[in-house]
Order: sequence, then structure tokens, then C-alpha cells
Amino acid sequence: MEQKFQYVQRLADAPLILGQRLCEWCGHGPILEQDIALSNIALDLLGLARNLLQYAAELKGEGISEDDLAFSRPEKEYQNFLLCELENGHWGKTILRQFFFDSFHYFFLNELKNSKDDRLKAIAEKSLKEVTYHLRFSSEWVIRLGDGTEESHAKMQEALNEIWPFTGEFFQVDELDLLMEKQGVAPNLNSIQKSVQQRVAEILTQATLEIPEGTWMQKGGKSGVHTEAMGFLLAEMQFMQRAYPNMQW
Amino acid sequence: MTTASLEAKFQEKVDQEVKIEPRDWMPDAYRKTLVRQISQHAHSEIIGMLPEGNWITRAPSLRRKLGLLAKVQDEAGHGLYLYSACETLGVEREDLFEQLNEGTAKYSSIFNYPTLTWADIGSIGWLVDGAAIMNQVPLCRCSYGPYARAMVRVCKEESFHQRQGFEILLTLSKGTDEQKAMLQESVNRWWWPSLMMFGPNDAESPNSAKSMKWKIKRFTNDDLRQKFVDVCYEQAKLLNVTLPDPDLKWNEERGHFDFGPIDWSEFWDVVKGNGPCNSQRLAARNKAHAEGEWVREAAIAFAEKNKQRNIAKAS
Ligand SMILES: [Fe+2]
Ligand SMILES: [Fe+2]
Repeated sequence: MEQKFQYVQRLADAPLILGQRLCEWCGHGPILEQDIALSNIALDLLGLARNLLQYAAELKGEGISEDDLAFSRPEKEYQNFLLCELENGHWGKTILRQFFFDSFHYFFLNELKNSKDDRLKAIAEKSLKEVTYHLRFSSEWVIRLGDGTEESHAKMQEALNEIWPFTGEFFQVDELDLLMEKQGVAPNLNSIQKSVQQRVAEILTQATLEIPEGTWMQKGGKSGVHTEAMGFLLAEMQFMQRAYPNMQW
Repeated sequence: MTTASLEAKFQEKVDQEVKIEPRDWMPDAYRKTLVRQISQHAHSEIIGMLPEGNWITRAPSLRRKLGLLAKVQDEAGHGLYLYSACETLGVEREDLFEQLNEGTAKYSSIFNYPTLTWADIGSIGWLVDGAAIMNQVPLCRCSYGPYARAMVRVCKEESFHQRQGFEILLTLSKGTDEQKAMLQESVNRWWWPSLMMFGPNDAESPNSAKSMKWKIKRFTNDDLRQKFVDVCYEQAKLLNVTLPDPDLKWNEERGHFDFGPIDWSEFWDVVKGNGPCNSQRLAARNKAHAEGEWVREAAIAFAEKNKQRNIAKAS
């Protein structure tokens, strides 16, 4: 039970932290329609995180709530991919970060919907519909900005070089992944890697962007070792819980 | 037809509650008044995203975060409907943005006040969206069709916002002493600026008469303000909060609540740009606009390339 709790909580952390990042854009986007679209994605991701954390809280018992899990953990207990916590940067960087996550998320949920765990299966099915749209949106914008003007192309290539080392973490398998896979709860991460990479390569090619040559990849998120950006993200996200502990809002 | 007879026909339609549509003849002054009012309204929705957006990343629970994000996103949608309504009058969104960013366009002064605590998110929902509803429900019957129709959609969402804000405050009112104090302090700051949202007293509001005749406006500023005070009095009791006005009391004779004098010097100061957050709000808009320029340019360039490619493919 404890292991499944850990796994479900981890599944929640990526959409939670990425959703939190996207919230920063609300009201500051480059085009009103795209401001709305990005908020939509944030709403979907935070909604998914909430569904997963509700489930995790039930698995944990002990009167723990979704909000305890979302807001009251120390940094090292968050297990999101480092990619999700990266600072937004310019709009193109945010879109590219989103595109990498969506590419993984789409194929991942597509497998998770075959989980032997009925709850996860249902959550994955619901979310997959939303994420299908996210992937389409971010793919289109990566292409548009990559193949737009000289300036936008340069900005996107630069962002790609910066983000690239954070895209390997999706497929780093640890003991918890293996255990959950053995129980039929979690998908096999290796099996989706090819599909994800194909999709990424296809879109980046259309966007006239070049995949960096380096193969070294960042890691740490899945084991709670974060980037320097994470502490600030949490300071903001957890502000109310820290300033006014144990209250209902 | 002479202008006078066109104008007479126009007024006849308005009097008979027939909606004026974009292709219909309308007096220049009517068009100008509408563009001014609708664009100010659109700008208010967009600027209004900033003070509330300020708390999305700090919202105290997942439910509240989702609620607030959805609300601020709704405001962006309201902005869109309203800019579209302006476009039916021949004014482009890009030009209106420019006026907003330059600081020559007006927007509701209420959004030049800061959101300092989580309770402010509740107060904005309860009082600011509440006042907006008072102002906007009559606009659903505005003589100009596209504006009236936009307002029907907007009002539905605004009343949801108002309930959400009230519920945030109700939760605080049942909370700890610290939360109750946060609630009272916030209402103290938002009450008077909310009353100012209805605009100057009728005697000082020169455009009102014409707007009433054209059925753009249905009630005067003072009428709406009075209605708002009457409604809020009862709601404040449910929240166990004191409205910061020692003169607020029931007047049997009038059948309304009396309330104290409004500090119009503060109102005019904020309108002129001297509010607590005027410069920050404009700076945030300008920053978003400037930093988004390369994105907008790229989108246009890509669309153009795509068009050329499709033409090449077809031939
Ligand atoms: Fe609105
Ligand atoms: Fe609203």
C-alpha cells in the first residue's frame, strides 16, 4: 500500500508542479487567445494532480488530505521530473517545455489506461482526452515558432539546447517503477520511449530545429533532488500553509 | 434621407426596443459612446486579471487554485467578447491595446488597488464582481445588439464569480481569529473603492442622459450604487463583517440604506493615474505586449509561409 501511495503521489507531482508554473503566465501571455489556452492546460494538469492526490490521500489514510500532500511536503519529497519545475523563460521556452512533457505524457497515459488499478485506469482515460489536445497545441506552436521568423527560430533553438538535457528523465526507471510494473499498475517506460522520441523528432524536424548532439541527461527529480528553481517555486506555492498553518480555506 | 430623419428613425427603433445591429445606420456620437464604453469595459477585464492573477500561484488549496485560475481565465474571455463587440463597430483590438498600453485608454479604477492578502480574492469576488453585476445586468438589454449579447454571457459568469468570492469570505468568517481579522481588514479596504465603481454622482455625470436616451444605460449611477449598498448590507451580516461606514443605516422613509459621503478626491486621483498600482498595472501590460511581439510576428510569418507552400502545392 505504501508503495502504491508513493507511486500515485509521484504521478501527481509532475502535473502539479508544471501546472503551478503555467499559472504564472495567466494574464501575461503574448496573445489573449493563447493566454486562455495555456490557462486551460494548467487547469487540466492541476485537475489531474488533484484527482491523483485524492487517490493518494485515500491510500495513505491517517486523515491526510489532498492539500496536505500538495502543499505541506518538504522539497525532497516532491518527485516531479526536473523539466516541470524549470523556470518559464520566454513564451517559446514554456511551449517547448510543454511539448516535451506532453509528448511523454500522451504516450504514458495511453499505456496507463491499461493499468490493473481501476482508479488509475479511469484517471488516465479522462486525462488522455485532455492531453491529446495539449500535445496538439504545443506541437503546433513549436512548429510555428521554430519555422516562423529568424528571431523566433533562434530563440527556439536556444531554448531547445537549454531544455534538452532535462528530457531524459522520463525514461529513467527506478525500483518503484519496476515494482509497480510487475504488479500491472504502471506501464513499462522502455516500451513508450521509442514512440515519444519519434514524435519529438518528427515535430522538431518540422519546426526546423536541431536536436542537440549531447547525450548527457539531467536526473534527480524522481528521487527528490531538485534544481535551484524548486525552492522558490515551493516558497510561493506553500506560502499560505507556512504563514498560516493548519487552517481551512 | 436626411441625417435628421435617419436619426429620428434610429431613435424610434431604440424606443421600441429593436436592437441596433452593426450594419444599421447609427449616429456618430452613439458609435463613439459605444466604442468608448465597450473598450473601457474590455480593458477592465484584461487589467482585472492582474490583481487576482497575483494570487493564483499562492492560492491556499488545490480547489481554490483551480477556482481562481478558472475565474481569471473567464475574465480574459470577457475581454475577448468585448473586443469582438468593438470590432463590429470598426475598431481593431490591436489599436485598442495600443491605447491601453500608452495609458490613454481608461479602465475601471478598482483594479489599481492592490491584492495584499488571500481575503482580497474573496472581497474582489464579492464586492467587485458584485458591483460589476449590478452595472452589467441592465446592459444585457442594451440597444446595441452585439454588446447586449456579449453581456448575457459575461453576466452568467460574473454571478458565478460573485458566489465564489462570497464563499471564500464565508469560509474565513468561520475560521480562526486570524482569518476573521484578515476578512475584516480586506473588506475595510475594498468597500469604498467598490462604491466608486458606479462612477460619479448623477449630477456630475454629463454623458448619462444621452446614454439613457439611447438605451445604452438603463439606470443612473446613483440608483445602481444604492441598490448595491442595500444588497451588501444583508450579505455583510451573513459574513459577520462590519462595513466601514459609521453612517450606514436603514432609512424607513426612503426604503433604502443611507450611507456616508464618498471621497471623490481619491476617486479622481486614481482615475488620473495616482492610485496605488496604476503604474504597475500598465507596466505589466506593456511588458507582456512587448515580450510577446516576437511570438505574434512569428505566428504571422509562419501563416504566410504556409499559405505560399499551399499555393505551390496546389499548382
Ligand atoms: Fe469579467
Ligand atoms: Fe468576474
